[in-house]
Amino acid sequence: MTTTTSGAPVAPASQVSLDAKGLAKVRKVKPYNPEKRRSKLLTALLWLCGLYFVLPILWLVIASTKDNADLFSTFGYWFGAKFSLWENLKDVFTTGNGIYLHWALNTVVYALVSAVGASFLATMAGYAFAKYRFPGAKIMFSVVLGAIMIPLTALALPTYLIFSHFGITNTPIAVIVPSLVSPFGVFLMRVYAADAIPDSMIEAARVDGASEGRIFFQVGLRLLGPGIVTVFLFALVATWNNYFLPLIMLNSSNLYPLTVGLAQQQATSAGGGGSQALFSTVITGSLVSIVPLIVAFLFLQRYWQTGLASGSVKE
Amino acid sequence: MTQSVVAPARVRPTSVKPPKKRNANQRRQNRAAYIFVAPFLLVFVLMLLVPLFYSGYLSLFATRLVGGSQFAGLTNYIRAFTDPAFLSGVGRMGLFLIIQVPIMLALALFFALAIDSGRVKGAGAIRLLIFIPYAVPGVVATLMWGYIYGNDFGPISQVFRAIGFAPPDLLSAGTILGSIMNIVTWEFIGYNMIIMYAALRSIPTELYEAAEIDGAGQFRIAWSIKIPAIRPAIMLTVIFSIIGTFQTFNEPSLLHGLAPNVIDNAYTPNYYAYNLAFTNQDVNYAAAIAFLLGIVIAVVSYVVQLSTQRRETKNS
Repeated sequence: MTTTTSGAPVAPASQVSLDAKGLAKVRKVKPYNPEKRRSKLLTALLWLCGLYFVLPILWLVIASTKDNADLFSTFGYWFGAKFSLWENLKDVFTTGNGIYLHWALNTVVYALVSAVGASFLATMAGYAFAKYRFPGAKIMFSVVLGAIMIPLTALALPTYLIFSHFGITNTPIAVIVPSLVSPFGVFLMRVYAADAIPDSMIEAARVDGASEGRIFFQVGLRLLGPGIVTVFLFALVATWNNYFLPLIMLNSSNLYPLTVGLAQQQATSAGGGGSQALFSTVITGSLVSIVPLIVAFLFLQRYWQTGLASGSVKE
Repeated sequence: MTQSVVAPARVRPTSVKPPKKRNANQRRQNRAAYIFVAPFLLVFVLMLLVPLFYSGYLSLFATRLVGGSQFAGLTNYIRAFTDPAFLSGVGRMGLFLIIQVPIMLALALFFALAIDSGRVKGAGAIRLLIFIPYAVPGVVATLMWGYIYGNDFGPISQVFRAIGFAPPDLLSAGTILGSIMNIVTWEFIGYNMIIMYAALRSIPTELYEAAEIDGAGQFRIAWSIKIPAIRPAIMLTVIFSIIGTFQTFNEPSLLHGLAPNVIDNAYTPNYYAYNLAFTNQDVNYAAAIAFLLGIVIAVVSYVVQLSTQRRETKNS
């Protein structure tokens, strides 16, 4: 068992960041002309499949430009009689006294604080597991790994009960603190640190009289950069997209993140009633909520590439 | 699982200093290591182990009208094993596991291999395109697909009506599981593809360049060299998919609003545990369900790992 799974899961996550430029360069040395090797059939097939991933989002974009009447009366993949994107956006940010903006800010705060905290904790722990041999390390790491398999729901419920005992449900803490634990992040960092930081460098720093803390902050963190970004991204997406935890922890709607807020808005719009949000508002709100993360993906991808191009990662 | 992923410690301090000083150094390093690990472990224990044990503890009690909370032994677990609502939810997720997960992972593997083969024009753009749904929260994805499936203004119904057919009801009892499978597939193909693709990029190219020169076809190379080389990464995606499947919550909880008669309160085990705890206020039984779910996940993951192991040894 050890042989099959050790080392390998390693490659994936840490290499997400590594694939970009360094390896691409190596491949160009191949004796083949890449132009000649292109397959038109495969290209066509893949772009066709690409439609599957884009069409729903394209529908969301087009639907955001319609008012409620056009939504029902015009074809989903073509624009309506009226271009209502601006009105819809205005509705999104003004419905319920601008509650949407609260949700958006909450999401940003919860996700950023959790992701920064989680990646910091995971980086320190992963570094220690990779670069130190200390009593209890093995058993501790095994327990952390086993925890990857624990379903979140099994934890969310008792956590809720414990929190409510201490009166901290319905506060941002209730959403942020449980999100700080990322066993998978520790696993990734351990694997990444084992390769990215040469032992010789740590030894050299020790000989020079650097303290262990200084070695971590000045040598370790610098070399772990791309790995930290990967862990950060995983944690950010996990918290940004989390629905279950805030759903059970929070009940004031001005503490909701976007996921819970939008779900609630959708339920009222589908259920009908007096002052409900319109479909067009929910749809436009959904679109606005996914834009930041998609932009972050594009941006962070570039960040990974520059981090790699500098070549400091793999000796 | 636990043991399987533990790689042997790689660091062996190789100092040739006098023993006394080495001991002092070792102590200093141990102290530093504990300080580095402590913050994570603290949160880990408080937010993971404590709730886990508390959940196990709760599951052994039952609240009665007379006498309040009383020790009930394994009563809750026995009740779960004879609870048709719970069992049908687990069965539904089992079906999900044997239909949706293979389709999703096969597609992810195909995309990863195709993009890695260097034969696709605009491969970088395609890779990003496939990955982008991962950035869409499950709630928003379900909302969006719910509208697309819907009969009112969903484009699928519109197309059917335009060409003169009756629109299919994608949110009916017979179809909704398939509709949920499609949503999950859409969300997670990209995530799995990235894990496999990253593993593919780390295979040394010499391994298959030689085969290419010898005239091996792309399919042969993919099947005999690339896929075996990334087997551990594929295994990782399988395990993650098993965990994800049994935890399915967002999709049924949101689609419940659109199809309340089709999605009951025990549609998935996770959704059942939630409803038990927050609607029925039966915290003890909910804790038992959540605990059992964890055990089911661990057992299924373990069996899957074991069976692939056996196949490997047979092949070699």
